[in-house]
Amino acid sequence: MVPTTHYLVLGAVLFGIGALGVIVRRNVITMFMCVELMLNAVNLTFVAFSRMLGQVDGQIFVFFVMVVAAAEAAVGLGIIVVLSKRKDSLDVDQIDQLKW
Amino acid sequence: MELVAFYIFAAVAVASAVVVVLQRRAIYSALALIVCLGSIALLFFQLGAPFIGAVQVIVYAGAIMVLFLFVVMLLDPASEVFSKNRLRALTFVGVPFAVLFVMVLTSTLGGFGTPPMAIPTNAMDQTVTVARHLFREYLLPFEVTSVLILVAVIGAIVLTKRPN
Repeated sequence: MVPTTHYLVLGAVLFGIGALGVIVRRNVITMFMCVELMLNAVNLTFVAFSRMLGQVDGQIFVFFVMVVAAAEAAVGLGIIVVLSKRKDSLDVDQIDQLKW
Repeated sequence: MELVAFYIFAAVAVASAVVVVLQRRAIYSALALIVCLGSIALLFFQLGAPFIGAVQVIVYAGAIMVLFLFVVMLLDPASEVFSKNRLRALTFVGVPFAVLFVMVLTSTLGGFGTPPMAIPTNAMDQTVTVARHLFREYLLPFEVTSVLILVAVIGAIVLTKRPN
């Protein structure tokens, strides 16, 4: 039997790595992927607690987190495609105007 | 034995996460993220959540990551340049702060012990339990997420429509 704390620590480590990636990277798509990494770390924490408490509610919340992540990825990537076609660059530091 | 399996899955997840963050080309980051999602799905299976593990593989690694790969291949991003200053900032400020962040996150963890076998470990029973809760107590959020997906589809189409 694996203690629950192991899963929680792993979730925290993955969340920290994802947060580091969002801050350090400049490519918009890679930043998006690091956000997905953070969401997955949270999913892992939810399922670990669901297992510890013996309830299934944590897994249902993971279901909803996945749905929201899918919707967010679809709209966000649409925005990125349009943005890169206009600006011809995927560098976040160059997207610095509200309206062009 | 389960502990050994956990450490293997955890090592693969952390290693591929580090590759996602540090790799210069976006396509390699995407492939590493698929590996990470696969190892997290294995952890879900080990935690007694086969339905969520299967949904993770099908939806996350199978649909969302394919969407990412489409966009990466469509836009063909150039290799990101890690300037010397940024590498220096990463090693001397970024990584210590990330370590500090993780330590703060885990500082309040007590020993939670090993979990009881309360969730039925038969995959069929477990899926039935999830479905039972999803369509009774959580019916409203379920229907709201369907509206959310509709909004996302409309938004994606409106955003990428060519102005005639």
